Amino acid sequence: MNTFYFIAFLSIFFSILVITAKNPVHSILYLILTFFTFTIHYILLNAQFLAIVNFIVYMGAILVLFLYTLMLINLNKESEPAKSNLVKIAGVIGGCCFLVTIIASIKALGASPAVVLKDPSLGLVKNLGKVLFNEYLLPFEISSVLLLSAMVGAVLLATKEPKTT
Amino acid sequence: MELTDIIVKFILVFIIFAISLVIAMYSTYAERKIAAFFQDRIGPNRAGPWGIFQPLADGGKMFLKEEIIPTNASGFLFIAGPSLAIMTACIGSAVIPWGQKLTIGSHVIDLQVADINVGVLYIFGVVSLGVYGVMIGGWASNNKYSLLGAIRAASQNISYEISMGLSIIALLMVTGTLSLRQIAEQQHGWHWNILYQPVGFLLFIVCAFAETNRTPFDLPECETELVGGYHTEYSSMKLGFYLFSEYINMFISSAVMATLYWGGYNYPGMDWVLAHTGPAIGPLIGTAVLFAKIFLFIFFFMWVRWTIPRFRYDQLMDLGWKILIPLAIANIVITGIVITLIK
Repeated sequence: MNTFYFIAFLSIFFSILVITAKNPVHSILYLILTFFTFTIHYILLNAQFLAIVNFIVYMGAILVLFLYTLMLINLNKESEPAKSNLVKIAGVIGGCCFLVTIIASIKALGASPAVVLKDPSLGLVKNLGKVLFNEYLLPFEISSVLLLSAMVGAVLLATKEPKTT
Repeated sequence: MELTDIIVKFILVFIIFAISLVIAMYSTYAERKIAAFFQDRIGPNRAGPWGIFQPLADGGKMFLKEEIIPTNASGFLFIAGPSLAIMTACIGSAVIPWGQKLTIGSHVIDLQVADINVGVLYIFGVVSLGVYGVMIGGWASNNKYSLLGAIRAASQNISYEISMGLSIIALLMVTGTLSLRQIAEQQHGWHWNILYQPVGFLLFIVCAFAETNRTPFDLPECETELVGGYHTEYSSMKLGFYLFSEYINMFISSAVMATLYWGGYNYPGMDWVLAHTGPAIGPLIGTAVLFAKIFLFIFFFMWVRWTIPRFRYDQLMDLGWKILIPLAIANIVITGIVITLIK
């Protein structure tokens, strides 16, 4: 349990650093650390497959692309668009409303009892695969169609429109 | 876990760590000797007999050179880059099975640091993490050539990771497990996976060249275009770490290839040898065989380096996306059809 609290603290600490870091590249690096703590959370939950996939997909691929893009566009103080006071005030009000909503909803909820897994080895590759491909085959396949449609959309956006003459 | 087990694991980690560093060190020597052989020269021959102390001299030189951190570089990340590169290179060896279980007296020693049931994916994760060292170092140098090198490394690694992953999927369909220990055990004797997955191995070795930034895919440090690539601004041991991590990566990827496709510590007639030498010596012969395979792969890496010229950048991307990925997908489909037909 203590490990959980320590890792949870690290997750929150790094995610706060993500939004307070001045330099966008530093903030991506903190985001990478945040995702790494998520991987440790999954391992603590005995979900090895999810942990390693989170590691490969998020830390190894998606965040590399984030970093890649940020390094290319080269954000710095001069190129950053100046925000008007109106936007700042609107942001403060919006943030306060969000905070109030969250506090209210947390107060309304009681503390939930700790979840006990029926089968602690559910997160191992073999069991996860059996569940995914037997009980949840249809949603699993449909989600792959969803990914395909996203890919087709991206290709469509990237192709140049033919010249209309 | 008992105390003796922990001590044994600790010693094992220490030995593996030492071996990978020593092999990386002597890979630099082997590379220079092999290059000399290919170009009809003598190569390093001054430090010690046949120049075998050359790596020590190089190491000493690296340590004694002046540390330079450019004024406009971001200090912490500039140091974090090479550290990350060498760390990710070293942690990959944790899941590789180095031999069968060793029995000394009543003790059974597992010649593998961690037998996790997602071993293949762990290797894959470590490989994908390797690019951060190059990217962070290249960006933190605050130099255009370094940045270009870092960006090339990132796009190259991501492109070739895809076909590497696809080639592994076909292998996993054959083996049916993600644990490297089980994959090695399935290849007992001469049932090596290369017999079932020749195309997959071809894809894997091409991707391994690209992931370790070796020629013909060493575009991130292409000195004719980018001065020194991502390590242009580095000097002293920080540069040494980058160069060293490349050799460690080469060693680890050779070990992975030997384990996944070339039978790991298995060799024809191993049962006979094991029965005649006993459980304390027999597994060590298997380990020696594994290292022989690894050395052959390292030699192959160097052979290719001094034979094939560097690719152009668009050729690299064409090869990755238009040839390797379709080939890998076709390999998966054919493997699937064959497995279904046999069953």
